[in-house]
Amino acid sequence: VVVVGAGIVGAACALYATRAGLEVTVLERRAVGAGTTGAGEGNLLVSDKVAGPELTLALRSMRLWSELADEFGAESLEYERKGAVVVARQVEALAALRELASDQARHGVDSEVVDGPGLRELEPELADGFAGGVLYPGDAQVQPALAAARILRAALDEGAQLRLGREVTGVTLSDGRIGSVTTSDGPIAADFVVNAAGTWAGELARRFGAAIPVMPRRGFILVTEPLPPVIRHKVYSADYVANVASSDAGLETSPVVEGTRSGTVLIGASRERVGFSRTISLPVVRQLAAQAIELFPLLGSINLMRVYLGFRPYCPDHLPIVGADARVPGLLHACGHEGAGIGLAPATGEMIAALLAQRVPSVDDAAFGPSRFAEWAA
Amino acid sequence: MTAFRFDGRDVNFEPGQTVGAALIATGVFSWRTTRRHSRPRGYFCGIGVCFDCLITVEGVPNLQACLVLAEPAMVVASQIGTGHDDLS
Repeated sequence: VVVVGAGIVGAACALYATRAGLEVTVLERRAVGAGTTGAGEGNLLVSDKVAGPELTLALRSMRLWSELADEFGAESLEYERKGAVVVARQVEALAALRELASDQARHGVDSEVVDGPGLRELEPELADGFAGGVLYPGDAQVQPALAAARILRAALDEGAQLRLGREVTGVTLSDGRIGSVTTSDGPIAADFVVNAAGTWAGELARRFGAAIPVMPRRGFILVTEPLPPVIRHKVYSADYVANVASSDAGLETSPVVEGTRSGTVLIGASRERVGFSRTISLPVVRQLAAQAIELFPLLGSINLMRVYLGFRPYCPDHLPIVGADARVPGLLHACGHEGAGIGLAPATGEMIAALLAQRVPSVDDAAFGPSRFAEWAA
Repeated sequence: MTAFRFDGRDVNFEPGQTVGAALIATGVFSWRTTRRHSRPRGYFCGIGVCFDCLITVEGVPNLQACLVLAEPAMVVASQIGTGHDDLS
């Protein structure tokens, strides 16, 4: 099995496939966690997911993350169950949040609805005037590049191989199915290829002759100077859930603010489809900063230290693509997770391993297969 | 001779010199402590990249001593930890 991409998803595919008894080689054109993974925040969230296949996958993944943290040590992943607090200014927005939470609760998501004074207790520095919110104590965070490296290290220790600096250029078929992958440094024999190339998975799939609609959606994250622990959870506004689900190509921002263990405060989240442009957009930075100050007024006197951007692998129906591609027998996709790839990585890797080993996955894979885009590709 | 105030005393500087350069020229090599282990820090990269030389100027913490130009009578102070004890 050749896994293309040494980000978090490729690392998880490698670990679980190795544990399923398969012989795995990971190919990466740059460095471990250098692409989609390293530009993410490391969120492990169920709070922003409506009931459906993605929530089911996310719940399974939360469990696997907790197992990985037990196995490798939480510190080695910077795994932290800080909890998320979704806040609403208006009573109407709070009612919608409450409805979402009760729907999620039927699927096993823990949450607690809090009123205005309750919010103040959870987050003393929050601005005045919020009607209330919902606390999701299970939402967590990892340091994504560190976690990818740690998981990949475990896979290598158990027999997988890693080759860096190898760009995959295509596949060669033999007897109607994959026989090898071609790379910048010669071919490598393979019966199966897993496309875990993150935001570049669309381009890679084209090279395989099996196009899938994975496109870049750009997001900025602002990093403040380190502070004492004044923001305790991941705090975001009710609008964020709506923006995640939107398909608008234009700029969307909604405030997401969280403290980190190192003291810096991370501020997001913006989404815009501008291709792979790496231009820093000052208006977006200003807007994110202004929205964060609306949530936490004390941030008004705090300096930003830096701003970084990343490309989320966006799929038109906001579901990842996980499963075998019938157009190229032997090819499987594990991509298109948009902003949820860190959270969903372990369950994705587990699903890929089950499919490779011809076992029934622990989460129903029907909704994730690439065949749902057959019309798009035609 | 022009000077700024550093931790209550005068530090002389040449026009165009940064706060960090002036401190080093007068033999001060450390002006902050780290957040977790209170270790001493001062100049490291000297070109605005490493954020090791953080200092408090006119009450504003986390400025880079290697980038802030010294000005007459400017009030400069060593920084302890995050420099934001006001928030804890």
